Amino acid sequence: MLEHFKADLHIHTCLSPCTEWEMSPKKIVERSLKKDLDIIAICDHNSVENAGAAIRSVKSNPLCVIPGMEICSKEEVHVLALFGELEQALVMQQHVYSHLPGQNEAKVFGYQIIADENDEVLGESSRLLIGATELGLQEIVTKARSLGGVTIASHVDRPAFGIIGKLGFIPDDLRIDGVEISYRIPLKTARDSIPGIKDFPCVTSSDAHHPDDIGRAWTSFLLAAPTVEEIRLALKGEKGRKVEI
Amino acid sequence: MTVKELSDRFDVQVVAGEKGLNRTIDGGYCGDLLSDVMANAPQRCIWLTVQGHQNVVAIAVLKEMAAIVLTSGYKPDPETVEKAGVEGIPILAWKGSAYDLVGLIHAAGVRNSDG
Repeated sequence: MLEHFKADLHIHTCLSPCTEWEMSPKKIVERSLKKDLDIIAICDHNSVENAGAAIRSVKSNPLCVIPGMEICSKEEVHVLALFGELEQALVMQQHVYSHLPGQNEAKVFGYQIIADENDEVLGESSRLLIGATELGLQEIVTKARSLGGVTIASHVDRPAFGIIGKLGFIPDDLRIDGVEISYRIPLKTARDSIPGIKDFPCVTSSDAHHPDDIGRAWTSFLLAAPTVEEIRLALKGEKGRKVEI
Repeated sequence: MTVKELSDRFDVQVVAGEKGLNRTIDGGYCGDLLSDVMANAPQRCIWLTVQGHQNVVAIAVLKEMAAIVLTSGYKPDPETVEKAGVEGIPILAWKGSAYDLVGLIHAAGVRNSDG
């Protein structure tokens, strides 16, 4: 049986340098439950290190937490990669880390806090997570797909790090599963206001950097279960699964 | 000035699209945000960028550009080289900053018609 699921697929934790401790994995889960979200994806910049804590802090609550990351390509395009299993996401992270130059300067870019499910600080990431990887967009999408991931081009309506702003248009041979419209534009009117998204499936999400942002935009999915595989089917519009606009 | 003349005169290396070297340069544009280049670059210009993604070739075709120059030592992706060859859009490589090359080209008399 198919059911409606309310999903916010783009949330940053305190690991992203542009966020604060108020976005700890535990606090994000609490806030998401208050917002009646059924599915969230943890998507920090170029890292998945806080996703496990968010998954574990759910406990018996009815919230599905997807491990993901927002990867910055060498063209400086942001793309979300979502995975069904944390192990797949960790393999992707290893690939990203081996192509991510630079060290973070916390005083300039912000602190990158790794926390556990009980709000204990485990440490800080010293990598330059805000930076661009040396991986081409095509390479990122191909790698994520080979690991079973779903890829969605982030905030395509934004000039900064959006694929259309950066690359002028979406290359025909890029096999992304969908595009994300930022909270600024209603999903209903996205195709009219952003012609460059052509026929790509659209979702919207909060890109939350602060607790109040969580759930400010969300996508309604019709799925059999709250999983990445089901989301992939919904983006393709297969087997009755769909994005409800 | 043709692309070939520019390449010889300022020692800018040709890395792809050799068959287009006789194209005439009518002006210039700098930019790495391709949506901006699509909107604002003049026709038949030479375009200086650090963006090596294959979409640069499509934009150059659209704007009938004379050539693309990758500045600051940036390299084109393999697909970009291939597409430039097919389309006959020369891609040049310049190790220094765009600022310095623009100065040379501008001083040599290549100007935008509205510039």
